[in-house]
Amino acid sequence: MTTVTGALTTARRPFILRRPMKTTGVSSWFTTIDHKKIGIMYGSAALIFFLVGGLEALLIRLQLAGPNGTVVSAAQYNELFTMHGTTMVFLVGMPMAVGIGNYFIPIMIGARDVAFPRLNAFGFYVVCAGAIFLYSSWIPGINGVPNGGWFGYTPLSDTPMTAGFLPGHGPDFWTIGIIMLGIGSTTSAINFIVTILNMRAPGMTLMRMPVFVWMMLVVAFLTVFAMPIITVALIMVFFDRSYGTLFFQPAAGGDPLLYQHLFWLFGHPEVYILILPGMGIVSEILPVFSRKPLFGYAVVVFSGIAIGFLGWGVWAHHMFATGLGPVAISAFAVSTMLIAVPTGVKIFNWLSTVWRGSVQLTTAMLFSLGFIAMFTIGGLSGVLHSVVPADTQQTDTYFVVAHFHYVLFGGLMLAVFGGMYYWLPKVFGRMLNERLGKLNFWTMLIGFNLTFFPMHFVGLYGMPRRTYRYDSGLGWDVWNLVETIGAFIIAMSTLIFLTNVIVSIKLKRGAVAGNDPWDGRTLEWTTSSPPPEYNFADIPEVEARDAFWHDKYTEDDEGRLVPLPSGGADAGGGGGQQHHIHMPSPSFYPLVMAAGLIPLGYAAVYRSFVWLGIGALTLLYGLYAWAIEPATEPEPESAPARTPEPAV
Amino acid sequence: MRLQRTRRAIHKRWWIPALATLALVLNACSTESGPKNHQNSLRPEGKYAKQIDNLFTPVLWVAVIVGVGVIGATIFMAIRFRRRPGVDVRPKQTHGSTPLEIGWTILPAVILLIVAVPTVSTIFDLDEKPKNPIEITVVGKQWWWQFDYPKTDSGKAVVTANEMHIPTGRDVLLTLEACDESLPNGQAQADGSTSPGCNVLHSFWVPALAGKRDVVPGRENQMKVHADEEGVFLGQCAEYCGLSHANMRFRVIAQSPSEYEAWLESQREGPAVDLAESDAEDLFAARFQCGNCHTVGDSGVSTYGPNLTHIASRATFASGYYELTRSKLIQWLMDAPSLVPMQSEDCRLGSPGTIEGAICVGMPSFTNNTPNGDTKKYPDMTRSEAETLADFLLSLK
Repeated sequence: MTTVTGALTTARRPFILRRPMKTTGVSSWFTTIDHKKIGIMYGSAALIFFLVGGLEALLIRLQLAGPNGTVVSAAQYNELFTMHGTTMVFLVGMPMAVGIGNYFIPIMIGARDVAFPRLNAFGFYVVCAGAIFLYSSWIPGINGVPNGGWFGYTPLSDTPMTAGFLPGHGPDFWTIGIIMLGIGSTTSAINFIVTILNMRAPGMTLMRMPVFVWMMLVVAFLTVFAMPIITVALIMVFFDRSYGTLFFQPAAGGDPLLYQHLFWLFGHPEVYILILPGMGIVSEILPVFSRKPLFGYAVVVFSGIAIGFLGWGVWAHHMFATGLGPVAISAFAVSTMLIAVPTGVKIFNWLSTVWRGSVQLTTAMLFSLGFIAMFTIGGLSGVLHSVVPADTQQTDTYFVVAHFHYVLFGGLMLAVFGGMYYWLPKVFGRMLNERLGKLNFWTMLIGFNLTFFPMHFVGLYGMPRRTYRYDSGLGWDVWNLVETIGAFIIAMSTLIFLTNVIVSIKLKRGAVAGNDPWDGRTLEWTTSSPPPEYNFADIPEVEARDAFWHDKYTEDDEGRLVPLPSGGADAGGGGGQQHHIHMPSPSFYPLVMAAGLIPLGYAAVYRSFVWLGIGALTLLYGLYAWAIEPATEPEPESAPARTPEPAV
Repeated sequence: MRLQRTRRAIHKRWWIPALATLALVLNACSTESGPKNHQNSLRPEGKYAKQIDNLFTPVLWVAVIVGVGVIGATIFMAIRFRRRPGVDVRPKQTHGSTPLEIGWTILPAVILLIVAVPTVSTIFDLDEKPKNPIEITVVGKQWWWQFDYPKTDSGKAVVTANEMHIPTGRDVLLTLEACDESLPNGQAQADGSTSPGCNVLHSFWVPALAGKRDVVPGRENQMKVHADEEGVFLGQCAEYCGLSHANMRFRVIAQSPSEYEAWLESQREGPAVDLAESDAEDLFAARFQCGNCHTVGDSGVSTYGPNLTHIASRATFASGYYELTRSKLIQWLMDAPSLVPMQSEDCRLGSPGTIEGAICVGMPSFTNNTPNGDTKKYPDMTRSEAETLADFLLSLK
C-alpha cells in the first residue's frame, strides 16, 4: 500500500477493515457503491417481494374463491392482507421506483454517480434490513406477524397486547419495520434531490430534464416530507403499546382519529410517491415509440409538481366516514376533485403525444398505453370517491380495493413492466423477447381486469374489505370466483415475464441491444449497454431537451422529423479517449451499519438489552468506520488506470 | 419530405369490444341493479340511501362516458397510427398547444365544479338533524353490535343485540359509541372513579338504508337511517376490528310503527322464565359462570356479552352470523370459537379485565382451550348440560 499524502492509509485507521477494491464478482455486490449495481439490487429485491406479495394475494384470492372459504384461518387471513399491503407499498412500489431511479437518474442527467454513493448503498441495505425484520416475524415461535392492516389503525394496534385486541407482537414488528423502511426511503430521497439539483451535466437545465427525472425529484421531496409524519405516528403507536403512553387511547382521553390524520397525511402523499414514477416512465416511453416529443412537456412537468403539492391537501378523503363534520368534509371533497384536474391534463398530453405519431407497438409501448387506459379507470373511480355521500357507501368495500389496484397495479405496475421492457436492454445489454413480451402484456391486461373490475360490483353490492369469509346467497359468489381466476392469470403472466428475463438475459438468447435499440431520445441511450462504471467517458454537453434526439434528428420547416447525416455517431459517450476517471471506492460499512438495525429492531420489540448491545455496537462500528475512511480510496501509483471500454 | 401515410380504411371494428364493455358496465352499474341481497347499495330501500344513489348514478355516468372516451381514444390511436413494417413515417413534431392545454384544464374543472355542487349540498342535507326521530344508541363491541333503546316516558330502557328494530316511515337517529361501562379497560380517574372502557373502531353499515359511519371510541358520531317499507336489511361492520371482523354482522328489522311499539314493549318486560326457577340455574350461574359476561334477568342493562334476557325473540345469534336454532346453539355453547373465531383462551379465568394479563375477547370454548389445560378447575361442558342451557335460553322469548 503506497502512502498518499493527506489521506489516512489503512494502516493508520484503527479497527478498520482493508478497503475492498474489487468491482467485479459476487463479493463486489456486497460492497458496491455503484449506483447502477445498487439500482439492479433494488429492482431485484422489489421483484422478489412482488412475487412474495403476489403469493400472499393468491392465498387471499384462494380463500375468497367461494363463500365460507377454509384455505386459511381468520387469523392467517388478517396477517396475509396486512403483509400483502405492507409488502406491495413499502417493499415493491417504493424500492422498484428507487431502483429504476438509482440506475437511470444519473445517466439521464449526464452524471457519473449519485451525490452520496455510500449513503445510497446504506439506503438499500436498510430497506433489506427492514424487509428481513418484517418477514422474520413469520419464523415459528416469534408469534408476531403484523395483523393490524397496512394502515394499523388505533386503538386496535396501539393497545397493549394484554387487552387482547391483537395478541402477539404483530404491531410491534409492523411499526419498527416500517420505521426502518422509512429510514431507507428518506436516505434515497435526499440522495436523489442532491443528485438531481447538483450533478446535472453542463447545459442540462431543469426544463431540459427528462420527465422521469422530474417526477423522481417530486417524489423525493414528497418522501422527505412524508416519512417523518408516519415515523412520528408509528413511534407514538409503539410507545402506547410498549410503554403505556396513551396518545391514541380513548379511555384515557387520547384520540384515535389523530392517528388517522397522521397516517393519511403521510398516506396520501405516499400514493403519489408510488404513482408519479409510473407517470414518469410512460412519459419517457410514449414519445420514443410515437416518434414525437412529449406533448406539452412543461405542462406535464408542472402538473406533476401540482399533484405533489395538492397531494398534501386531500388526506381526509380517506376518513369521510369518520364523522369529521360537513364543512371539513366538503373542503376535502373539493380538494380531491381539484387534484383530478392535473391528473387529467397529464392523460390528455400523453394521448396528444401519440396522436398522429408513428406508433411502434412494442411491448414497452403496449404497457404504456395499457397504463393510460387502466389508470384512467382508477382515476375516475377516485373521482367517484370525492362524491362524499357515495363514498360513505363505497369506502372500506371492494369498490375501494378495485380503485387503488387500478391506480397502483394498472398504473404503477404496468408502467414498471413497460419500463423493464424499455430499459432492461440498457441494463443488461440484451433485448427481451418481444413475442413473450406481448404474451406477457395481454395476459397481464386480461388477468388484471378479470381480477379487479368485478371488485367494483361486489363492493357496490355490499361486500366489505378485510373479511376472511362471506356467506353464499348474497350474489357475490360468481364475481369472487372470476376475481380468483383473474389473479391466477396475473400470476401466469408474471411467470412469463420471469421466463423472458431468464431466457433473454441470463441465457443470453436475446438480441444484443447495442447503445440505442429504440431510437431513444435521452442521454442513457448514448452510452454503451450496459454502461461502463463511470457511465460516460466524456461528460455530455446538453443543448436541448431530448438531447440525444437532437444529435440524430432535426425538424424541417413544416416541423417534420428529418434525420441528420451524422446520425448521432458523434454522440457516443461510452467511447472516447482514455481518461483517468476516479470513481468512489466500494465500502463494507453501509452494509454493516444497516445490519445493526435488525438487532435494534428485536431490542425494541422484546425490550432486550442483549439485542440492544449487539445492534448498537454493530451500528456504531459501521458509523465510525464509515466516517474515518475516505469516500475515494487513493489509488496505488502502480495500479493501472481503469480504461474505458470502447462503445459497442 | 414525402408523406408516406396513405389514407387506408380505418379499422372499423375497434368499437365492438368498446361497446361490449360499455354494455357490460351499464348493465352492472345502472341503478337498481345487482343481487337483491338487502345489502346492496345500488338497491336502496330508504330515503337517505336513495338520496345517495340519486347523486351517485349521474356522476357514475359522467365517469363512464369519460372513461370510455379516453380508453376508446387510446385504442383508436394505437391502431390508427401504428407503424407499418418497412414504412418510414416521419411525423410532424408537435411540442404542445397552449389553447388545448387551457381547454383541457378548464373542461374537467368545469365538469368537477358541476359535480361538486350537488355533492356539497347532499353532504349538508344528510348531516341535518332529523325532526322528532326515534333515538337508538349503537355500541360496537368485539365482534357484535349492541342496540340501546333509551328510557322513555312510556317505559324503561331496552338493550338488545345483533337485530335492530325500527319503525318504517320514521327517521331514526343513531348515536354510535364504542365506549361503555361494560367494557373492561377503563382508566382510573382523579376522583377515584373509572372511566368507561373502550372498544376499537367499527363502522356501522346498512347499505340499503344509509352510507356507513365509523364508530369512533371517545366520540359520539351520529347518523340517520330511514326505511320506506317493512323488511329485513343486512348490515356488516366495515372497519377492520380484529380477528372476527368478517363475522360482525347485524340486521335491521323495519316494522310498521304499531308492530315496532309492540316489540319494544315486549322487550321491556322481565324474562319469560326466571333463572332461579329453571334447572339451568346452577349451570348458568355457578358451574360455567355465564353471568360474568351475560345477563338473563334484566333487558335494560349493558353487559360485556350480549344481553340474553330476550334472546329467543331474535332470529339470529353469534353476531348475526347464524340463525338461532337449537342444534347451532348447543354447538355454540360447547365450543363457540369453532363457529366464530375468538381470542378467548383466558376468558374462563374470570370476568373480562379482572385478571391482569389475561386475553379475553369473545366467548370461550367450554370443551377446548381450557386455561392452562387445567380441566379440573375449569369443568368441561357435557352435551346434556349444553342442552339444558340451550333449552333454557330458547325459552327466553
